[in-house]
Amino acid sequence: MANTQSLCTSFLGELMTATHNFGASPIRAASTADTFKASLYITTATMNASITAYTATNEVNGTNYTAGGVTITNGNIPNATNSSATAGVAYWTPSASIVYTNVTLSTSFDSVLIYNSTQSNKAVAVYTFTAQVISAGDFSLTMPTNSTTTALVRLSTT
Amino acid sequence: MLVNTIHGKMDDSLLVKKEGSVDNDNEFTTWVEYWLDDKLVHRSAHVTLKTSLFTQLEAAEIG
Repeated sequence: MANTQSLCTSFLGELMTATHNFGASPIRAASTADTFKASLYITTATMNASITAYTATNEVNGTNYTAGGVTITNGNIPNATNSSATAGVAYWTPSASIVYTNVTLSTSFDSVLIYNSTQSNKAVAVYTFTAQVISAGDFSLTMPTNSTTTALVRLSTT
Repeated sequence: MLVNTIHGKMDDSLLVKKEGSVDNDNEFTTWVEYWLDDKLVHRSAHVTLKTSLFTQLEAAEIG
């Protein structure tokens, strides 16, 4: 037997459920999952890793689109899968497509911000795609498979 | 078939339909447009994300 240094895979998964607190943190009012939302941004916005929370600046605007976007269906609990003495992946993906129904979004947009509306709208991730406009139609984002290699959000050690 | 347009529901026989797609490492996207004369009256798009965001974490060596 030998010992091997590594972050524990269980820890990766527990980061996704706010189990550990290394510093000051928000008081969680409930043990249930937070509510996550998805907002869309025009192509001239600057959405990237520096975003800390939802912003209405350069968010799309149009018929049947509500500022702040739509609520994400979250039926998947985070998973943590260990693959070796040093490697593991924690991952999570929304459990349904994100759909904006019967919207007219005339200004070209190319990104979506996923954020936590329960925790002061704090940002999770920005995803980009080919620029789109929508006229009296639906815009939908279908999620990748919720797995160790393709899940929408992955934390990993190797 | 009735199509939702900026002018309300219209029969698709009155409209010109255009479709397209984008397939790359990041996404597979399809879109459909309906045109009335030279005016775009309906456009929908469906994006399937392929790429996840990946963050690698490491434990530093002690000593």
